[in-house]
Amino acid sequence: MPTACSTRSPARRSAEPIAAAALAVLTAAAAMPARADGLVAYRIVDAAIPASLTGQPGDATRGRAIVANRQIGLCVLCHSGPFPELRFHSDLAPDLTGIGNRMSEGELRLRVVDASHANPQTIMPSYYRVDGLTRVTPALRGKPLLDAGQIEDVVAYLKTLKE
Amino acid sequence: MMRKAAILAAMLVTALAVPALAGEIAPQDRKSGYTGMSAENRAMQDDDTINPATLWVLDGEALWSAKAGAANQSCAGCHGDAAVSMKGVSARYPAFDDASRAPVDIEQRINLCRTRHQNATPLPPESRDLVALSAFIGRQSRGLPIATPDDPRLKPFLARGKALYTQRQGQINLSCAQCHDDNWGRNLAGNIVPQGHPNGYPLYRLEWQSVGTLQRRLRNCLTGIRAEPYAYNAPDYVALELYLRQRAAGMLVETPAVRP
Ligand code: HEC
Ligand code: HEC
Ligand code: HEC
Repeated sequence: MPTACSTRSPARRSAEPIAAAALAVLTAAAAMPARADGLVAYRIVDAAIPASLTGQPGDATRGRAIVANRQIGLCVLCHSGPFPELRFHSDLAPDLTGIGNRMSEGELRLRVVDASHANPQTIMPSYYRVDGLTRVTPALRGKPLLDAGQIEDVVAYLKTLKE
Repeated sequence: MMRKAAILAAMLVTALAVPALAGEIAPQDRKSGYTGMSAENRAMQDDDTINPATLWVLDGEALWSAKAGAANQSCAGCHGDAAVSMKGVSARYPAFDDASRAPVDIEQRINLCRTRHQNATPLPPESRDLVALSAFIGRQSRGLPIATPDDPRLKPFLARGKALYTQRQGQINLSCAQCHDDNWGRNLAGNIVPQGHPNGYPLYRLEWQSVGTLQRRLRNCLTGIRAEPYAYNAPDYVALELYLRQRAAGMLVETPAVRP
């Protein structure tokens, strides 16, 4: 079982001032300085990550391709959604149709970055996390399921899922 | 009084919390992977003349009577008619082996006879001959209930198996239990998540185009969650097999089954 989410909340681990982050946006591509594990630091505010991990908005078209791909996004192994081209159906998780109405951009970002924040027992993987894992395939160790740019693409796509 | 009430309240909370975490499948709810298959695949399993695994069983039968090793002995030379001597045997494996001081699965048991009694080299994991012998021996238990021995020496290995079964692992960070206890019957990209029972092995898997052992199946599930698979014959595989067997105690052996 995973440890309580509060102990590994990156917001608690790295306390970079927002000003420094803002400066980084101006000077470099990354929104926040990298953490020890190589991932971009992020801040959780009211059960959401309000700021883009890259400092840039994502690309919804690329995001759709990630979400609908069972090897890359994996989302469709568990979720169904507006993917008429997929010839299979999954029901381990709620349908993603209309999720853009139900959740804010920041809530969607936190959900994908670290689903265990909302529900430590969840079966949904934390897509932007490399700590607390066991027996990961050697070639994938230290690598998150999606990188910061892919997370932003996925969030941009989920935002468009309005009914 | 106060303390008693607090303990009672705590007990109530735990009792309520348990179903939320789901958990072990009650014996009356156990379902073989067979039940989730298409009618076509079930028919293939049921009819020996179209079950592709029959070829492996026939190979195993031939190997049973073939002399091998420096001892120039056949399995049949010592064990006689497999229909008699091997009836119900694989239904109670993995079993404790005194010399190894650990449980061995049926394929390892076959190899122990190769090395101890035939003076032959062990057959490589998943090799055609080993799988064929195992399918042939398993066939002699078809229709009999899985009966893991009630051997106190197995206890620590069972506990290890259960710990592995409930531990999250891999980049996708899922435990066996989260799929096979908590989400069986649901659709995962068009596949029905089975309860994960070992009662059909060795079996013909259409995806493999071949017959394979339970360890091969476990390897597939581990790579599926992007976890590092164990080396074949690793003690942790045998511990998992042992736990799966005990979890399926009483279910009927389907060897050699067919699965998608
Ligand atoms: C292994 C299964 C699994 C995978 C893979 C998965 N999810 Fe989930 N997801 C869930 C479950 C189960 C829930 C329901 C809430 C919970 O249990 O945490 C959920 C909830 C959600 C929610 C909130 C839904 C709501 O209605 O509240 C969103 C958004 C979401 N997932 C998006 C995604 C995206 C995007 C991906 C791929 C990048 C993904 N999920 C991959 C299992 C999964
Ligand atoms: C020289 C005699 C001999 C030969 C040859 C032999 N075995 Fe055995 N086998 C035994 C003995 C003795 C045992 C009991 C355990 C022990 O002492 O190793 C046994 C045990 C077994 C068991 C476990 C039975 C149980 O009830 O748990 C299996 C399965 C088995 N043998 C399969 C085979 C196969 C398959 C072959 C051929 C590849 C084979 N044996 C060849 C002597 C032999
Ligand atoms: C993401 C969900 C998931 C996880 C986690 C998972 N499995 Fe599976 N497992 C499956 C699916 C799906 C199948 C069936 C595949 C098919 O038929 O194509 C399966 C099949 C099996 C089977 C074969 C059942 C049969 O009827 O032949 C066994 C045994 C099994 N799993 C054991 C395990 C063990 C042990 C673990 C942990 C190491 C594990 N699984 C982890 C999804 C999972």
